[in-house]
Amino acid sequence: MSTQFATLESHTFDVLVIGSGGAGLRAAVQAAVPGVSVGIIGKSLLGKAHTVMAEGGVAASFGNVDRWDGWETHFYDTMRSGHFINDYRIAEIFAHEAPERVLELEEWGAVFDRTPEGKIMQRPFGAHSFRRLAHIGDRTGMELLRTLQYKAISQDIEIFQEVTVTKLLKDAAGRMAGALAYYRSTGEFVLFRTKAIVLATGGWGKIYKVTSNSWESTGDGGALAYRAGAEMMDMEMVQFHPTGMVWPPGVRGLLVTEGVRGEGGFLYNSEGERFMLRYDPERKELSSRDVVARSIYKEVQAGRGTPHGGAWLDITHKGPEFIKRKLPGMYEQYLTLADVDITKEKFEVAPTCHYTMGGVRAEAETCATNIPGLFAAGEVACGLHGANRLGGNSLADLLVYGKRAGEGALAYSQSIAEVPTIDPQEIEAEMERVMAPFSITHGENPFLIHEELQDIMSNHAGIMRSGPDLEEGLAKIQALTERSANMGITGSRVYNPGWHAVFDVQSMLALAALIFRGALARKESRGAHWRTDYPDELPEMGQWNFVQSVDAGIKEVPVPQMPEELARLFERGMAPGVWKSQQEGKEN
Amino acid sequence: MSEDIVLSIYRGDKSGGEEVRYTVPLTPGMVVLDAVHYVQAHEAQDLAVRWNCKAAHCGSCGAEINGRPKLLCKTRLDDYQGQVVHIQPMQTFPIIKDLVSDVSWNYETAKKIPAFQLSQSAPLQMQQFDVDRVQEFHHCIECFLCQDTCHVLRDHDAKDQYFGPRFMVKIAEFEMHPRETGDRVPLLAKQAGLDMCNVTKCCTEVCPQHIRITDNAIIPLKERVADQYWDPLRALFRRKKTTTPTAPDSAPTIRG
Amino acid sequence: MAQSMKAPTQQPKQAAKGMPYWVEPLFTIVALGGFVVYAIWETLWHNTGTYHNYVSPFFSPDVAGWFGFHVLTALYVVWVPFLFRFSCYYYRKEYFRGFFFHPAGCAVAEPGSRKLKAYKGERRFPFNLNNLHRYAWYLAVIVLIFLWKDTVQGFIFKNGFGVGLGSILLLINAVLLTAYTFSCHAFRNMIGGRKDCFSCVNGKPSTGYKWWKRVSGWNQFHGNWAWASLFSVWAVDLYIRLLSLGILHDPRIF
Repeated sequence: MSTQFATLESHTFDVLVIGSGGAGLRAAVQAAVPGVSVGIIGKSLLGKAHTVMAEGGVAASFGNVDRWDGWETHFYDTMRSGHFINDYRIAEIFAHEAPERVLELEEWGAVFDRTPEGKIMQRPFGAHSFRRLAHIGDRTGMELLRTLQYKAISQDIEIFQEVTVTKLLKDAAGRMAGALAYYRSTGEFVLFRTKAIVLATGGWGKIYKVTSNSWESTGDGGALAYRAGAEMMDMEMVQFHPTGMVWPPGVRGLLVTEGVRGEGGFLYNSEGERFMLRYDPERKELSSRDVVARSIYKEVQAGRGTPHGGAWLDITHKGPEFIKRKLPGMYEQYLTLADVDITKEKFEVAPTCHYTMGGVRAEAETCATNIPGLFAAGEVACGLHGANRLGGNSLADLLVYGKRAGEGALAYSQSIAEVPTIDPQEIEAEMERVMAPFSITHGENPFLIHEELQDIMSNHAGIMRSGPDLEEGLAKIQALTERSANMGITGSRVYNPGWHAVFDVQSMLALAALIFRGALARKESRGAHWRTDYPDELPEMGQWNFVQSVDAGIKEVPVPQMPEELARLFERGMAPGVWKSQQEGKEN
Repeated sequence: MSEDIVLSIYRGDKSGGEEVRYTVPLTPGMVVLDAVHYVQAHEAQDLAVRWNCKAAHCGSCGAEINGRPKLLCKTRLDDYQGQVVHIQPMQTFPIIKDLVSDVSWNYETAKKIPAFQLSQSAPLQMQQFDVDRVQEFHHCIECFLCQDTCHVLRDHDAKDQYFGPRFMVKIAEFEMHPRETGDRVPLLAKQAGLDMCNVTKCCTEVCPQHIRITDNAIIPLKERVADQYWDPLRALFRRKKTTTPTAPDSAPTIRG
Repeated sequence: MAQSMKAPTQQPKQAAKGMPYWVEPLFTIVALGGFVVYAIWETLWHNTGTYHNYVSPFFSPDVAGWFGFHVLTALYVVWVPFLFRFSCYYYRKEYFRGFFFHPAGCAVAEPGSRKLKAYKGERRFPFNLNNLHRYAWYLAVIVLIFLWKDTVQGFIFKNGFGVGLGSILLLINAVLLTAYTFSCHAFRNMIGGRKDCFSCVNGKPSTGYKWWKRVSGWNQFHGNWAWASLFSVWAVDLYIRLLSLGILHDPRIF
């Protein structure tokens, strides 16, 4: 036995949460009941997770400004925008519970913008039938994360910051038993033994070159779960947000909140045409994200793009005071980073990779995955958003399913008497694997491999896809994966970003291949997945989700069918709340 | 236009170190963090820098650029044309490596602030003009640049006597919340060490979120302390607030 | 709805080169120090500060006269504005930076000599008395009332209403001092800032809120008012002193 193993630091918990973003914190807060030990691991410092990047708001059907809104309409909007490959049960629970979860935040100290009546203000957003997004200016995610962060530290939760998990460990019976990790600051290993794990590690937007995601979104959790045998679903579904910054190069991809359009901004092409009138005359700029992103893309392809290849977004007509109050972050962002005053001039925007709808397949009620003891919530999970996510639904998702995952893991951990045992040899082998890059001199540079990966993804699996292109991309990923086995690094174990990047790149490469396989299997265009060789949405393809796993490869799984009372909501071809409002209008 | 810019980055750890020069090609709109990443990818893979969003939302990349506490991601290199850009980690906290410092003291301090406390349940009835004041404090991204620049912590290392500007903002956020019922004035007067602050406003000057920390958080809190402890006239008329909340006994641990 | 679109104008970014950090403390030392020296000279070497209908702010109200004293009369009054300014949140910043180097500039290391004694901020005497700023404010308001009386008097000459240069200086001084006094942080707290909820009585903005909002607006410029009123006091007093010494002649405008 190596000395490294003999001196290994070890912690034991009833519930271990991996990921200290919104979903992870919410899960930990839920699981931390008296007598239950809860640990939470974050790859960054506490309160820095990608959740802070969510800007526009959290969707919950309070009906504070539009009184016809209700869970049915939220459910309707979510399913319709997801092009009906979402899991209806996940969406149903979600729409039901979102308002309650948001109110909870208010009790924990979040301060939302108010309506004139003193209630929580709600703003319109793309493809939401009503004004639905509770918000705090344009930094809703930060408010949510900060609130949960301070809630969590007031509870009995042990928090591990800047710790990277390298492997999920199972016992002989295949149950979750723990995780091996290392402290980024020292490079020392740490072993976590636990009865249940909540995976809340976010998405993998960093896989693309132009992305709104922060560095952490490297899909570690997705890859960890996949390697451990979890089922991954809808991997082909990657959301491109219509509006990211374009210029200067350093900020390319940085998010421009949908709130700009929600608060009344218009999109123009280089000829000054408000082109969304052409692509979606009904919903215009507030169409769903896949439609708006594709429209901008098409305009640029047709030669009507802005100087740096985007579209113009203009909100100047709302006046400086309004803009600075409702969109202070955007104002500041453009002023300091691009020298553009958005209260006085229009600005360039272009689609940017934003969200991964696919992920670890989990149950609606408890967030349980196919691995006993592994639960998944937030962006790393899937099923809620289907083929296209609605703005504001991810923040609500964190809250609703963060809580449910916490509950699920808590209940599971209480059903188990002992912490499952881990094979020491497995731990030793993993430690060896993690240390390997130090012994490779003159190996591949992980930062440059990452750049190559991003190029491949952007060129072959971007907003516009086709069969041959995808095939070629997959081949390139496989070649790159082979090369990546030879990644080498310099320096010591103490806070060594090169070393950290090795595992990020490994995770991303694993998931990249799944994206290609999923995209190749889905021979149609649906939501965010747009294939030029299959330009139409095909009803027969809409019956399937594509599920991938290490053991079984890729397989088709039927999309769950809604029970009749839910299916009836879609019969009128319009959202239930909209119908209600029209009926009321007729009566008066 | 392939102009170059010279960075002088602190390389070292607990045992010491020195600034090392790197030359980086300048691109339009480049921020300091871009240049640091360039160095990392091409010259020094193990150059440690903490960052997350590169959009001034997360507050991870605080450091000192030519001696001024700043966010690496929000500081444009074209502000420094013709100069050598010296980049150092925050000086108030112990160094881990290169540009990364150990900010764990802040997280330990955060736990000493009693949790938000309401006597009613949501939905709360609050007007926008009621919440405007506290919403300013909610802009905080916890970059700890204010803590870094505060001379009480920086020069006098009085971390055991003063929570620092960040947590004055946090306490103000709870204290001035229209419906929050806890009375945090005793905490401010004693444990939090509000009277260690001599209102020299450096925290306000460095705040990347432009929170007017001194004028809107610290001074009003000092006035509230004066209300309760220094005003004999008011003491005659004062009503007691309901409760004085305390931080949990079983304070959770934060590691890493 | 096509409309003509111009590319946004890219403005060259200004180099962010501020002044060196020592400019501000140096200014404080020279300006505030100079004023203090002047004030000591004015207070200790003079027994009156009036010239016809003009009264210097150093000598008003005539507290000494009320008790029948006629020596060092300014001393009976100047302690009020002195306490008000000494305990003022803005001047605290300036003197802690300028005179104590706690700190001389942001992120500028304090000189070693400043660290020999344990720093206690405003925890110990006399700086803990800054907590009584509000009482200094109450007194300052009383003095301000007399100052306005003097200002009105400055427009009433032997032959009735008139406007001299002195009258205008007195008026400007009174306005600046009023702005300085009513933009005070302590006043901002007492007028409404100490309340957490501004609508909890009836759902409408309370009077306290309206005042707090207004004072908050003035308060942003508290430092500007502080300097401006310091210089105006200085100017008015010097002007009246020079008039009474016969060095200047007061031009009548009206």
